[in-house]
Amino acid sequence: MTALTLAGSPLWYASRAGGTLALVLLTATVVLGIASGGRAAPRSVGRFEIGLLHRNLSLLTLVFLVVHVITAVLDPFVHLGWAVTVLPFAASYRPLWLGLGTVALDLLLAVLVTSAARRRLGVRRWKAVHWLAYAAWPFALFHGAGTGTDTRLSPQLWLYAGCLAAVMASVWWRLAKAGPGRVVGRLVAALTATAVPLVLGAFLATGPLQPGWSQRAAATAMLLGGGR
Amino acid sequence: MTSATITGFRLPPAPDAPRLLAGWYATGRPASLSDHLRHYGPSPVSRTIGTRAAMPLPDALETAGLTGRGGAGFPTARKLRTVADGRRRAVVVVNAMESEPASRKDEFLLAVAPHLVLGGAVLAALAVGADTVHVCLPRTRSAQYQQLSAALAERRRARVDAVRLRLHGLPHTYVSSESTSLVRWLDGGPARPRGGPPRIEERGIDRRPTLLHNAETLAHVALVARYGPAWFRQAGTTEEPGTALLTVSGAVGVPGVLEVPLGTPLTTVLDLAGGPTEPLQAVLTGGFAGAWLGAARLHTPLSRRDLAPLGASPGAGVLVALPHSACGLAETARILAYLAAHSARQCGPCHFGLPAVAADFAALAAGRADRVLLDRLRRRTALLPDRGACRHPDGAARLAASALDAFADDVTRHLDDGACPAAHRPPRLAVPPATPPETWR
Amino acid sequence: MNRTRTLRVDRIACTGEGLCAELLPELIGLDEWGYPIVRDRTVPERLRGHARRAVAACPRLALHTDA
Repeated sequence: MTALTLAGSPLWYASRAGGTLALVLLTATVVLGIASGGRAAPRSVGRFEIGLLHRNLSLLTLVFLVVHVITAVLDPFVHLGWAVTVLPFAASYRPLWLGLGTVALDLLLAVLVTSAARRRLGVRRWKAVHWLAYAAWPFALFHGAGTGTDTRLSPQLWLYAGCLAAVMASVWWRLAKAGPGRVVGRLVAALTATAVPLVLGAFLATGPLQPGWSQRAAATAMLLGGGR
Repeated sequence: MTSATITGFRLPPAPDAPRLLAGWYATGRPASLSDHLRHYGPSPVSRTIGTRAAMPLPDALETAGLTGRGGAGFPTARKLRTVADGRRRAVVVVNAMESEPASRKDEFLLAVAPHLVLGGAVLAALAVGADTVHVCLPRTRSAQYQQLSAALAERRRARVDAVRLRLHGLPHTYVSSESTSLVRWLDGGPARPRGGPPRIEERGIDRRPTLLHNAETLAHVALVARYGPAWFRQAGTTEEPGTALLTVSGAVGVPGVLEVPLGTPLTTVLDLAGGPTEPLQAVLTGGFAGAWLGAARLHTPLSRRDLAPLGASPGAGVLVALPHSACGLAETARILAYLAAHSARQCGPCHFGLPAVAADFAALAAGRADRVLLDRLRRRTALLPDRGACRHPDGAARLAASALDAFADDVTRHLDDGACPAAHRPPRLAVPPATPPETWR
Repeated sequence: MNRTRTLRVDRIACTGEGLCAELLPELIGLDEWGYPIVRDRTVPERLRGHARRAVAACPRLALHTDA
């Protein structure tokens, strides 16, 4: 808590809030995407509403991401520079953990552009890029956990746990619903769905939840040679 | 225009003589290139193309009123013009796939007069500015493949063609003869329908304008180019001029391939094929994707105009005579099972609808149906047309609906008393086994 | 500007997701396997917006309106 009060510029608060909200919205988008892919048909809502909500929440995710990124760059405390917003691992501040966020943003931008041009691209290319959105989600999660300003707060931990549980539940639901065929795809999904919570748990236990993480997070900068 | 035209064409043979099969009737053996040239003279390419004296080929074909002989009956001239108008260099495809199991006409024509078909294809290629002609045969007809490679070699040695001719053996499935299937296969894909738009005339093989014609159509093209449209119109009806090749099978004395003028009554055609061997109850017209006509309709002339009101068409020139001793419902059920097995399984209505209709029909034929099933069968049949990338479901629906109509008394009997005795006897029509194709490539 | 628009289903692309029938029930129904039955290809003026939304909602991009 002392760290919070010390780093207390309004921009810094806005950035963290924006990032957290974006993660929650991205989680909801992913869950809805999986639901519509698995032909979820709840009685009370139309299937098209799931699709529309998926689209609208994804756009809202990007809005909060923009807030998150702009405020982080403008914040005088970390001196990030604009290049960091699109170039991963180029930051002076916690390059690895910030870079994961940049990768997630890049992936989401690719999904945004291809979705807007999907009629021109055709369904196969559109969907191929759309699968990147799945990768964006764990990237965003590890970015949040690893950058770690708020990771040690228990509400924040509960939030991460909630996001993880929601996506894992929908992935397993989808796998249970899937028919035969696409064995490789299902295997990859199942392995990833098993690995992500385990890796995240192990990472949190050994990294951000241990004392002195902020020093070590910055130290990875030295390891990567990106620190100045 | 007319005077300039006539001078361009050769002295025509008698109007009532056979046309495509003339050489075969004269010699009784397959025509080599020299036979062909002796009988029909050299290719009329200089007369139709590039000189002002004669009519351009599309105009000649339009005046002749030639339509596609593969089943769809599209005006040949219109296709030619669309392809010729394309910006990129065109390609020509000879469709000799003859996927219709009851048809043998293209196989027969290519066997006895290969150079008539190939020559027609080359003429069409020159007319649309194509540099390549792809000749597509079913892979299963290996003897014909050998024969045609020899014919192509003969043409190469004689240097008669200004375009490249290439022979291909494709998987033989019911829908692999569909025009977009051929284009997809020639582009390296599966021989399954692609659907449209764009049409292959605009964007086909290698995205080039593609002129695809049934083998018989191109043989007619070769003759129109030689003898002119006025000669062509001397046979057939005013609306549907010319002759057509028919494959007559079933309960007739001499089953086989015949050439008759369009508009010939079905009974006359059956008589030309040796006449019925026993009393007939119906004739399947067009092919497996065609329609049953009850014996009372056999006076109908074989033409689109006359058959259309009965829900039928000359189709691919197929006539199958069904005797009274057979069960029309059981035969139709077997054909439907075959058609269902040969769905390309790309479009939902065909993938799920065809097996469902076939199963319903099988239950009806076996006497295991009730009124509910009949209503369901009618509803499902009505939902097939116009809901696929190709016309395969439309054809199956036409067959099923026409069978319910032509064998209406049998339907009632099967519903009330179970399957008729004929349904238990061995089947009379030659229907390939209802197993899905092994390969599409 | 006021050309009539017609609906077209790319039958090979269509996997019977059924969203079009939810958004445009006036023109599109579903068969027993969930594949669209286009009752009327022509899109009336008053349904143009609904047709546009149905086209946009198709996850397989199988529904088209042709001008």
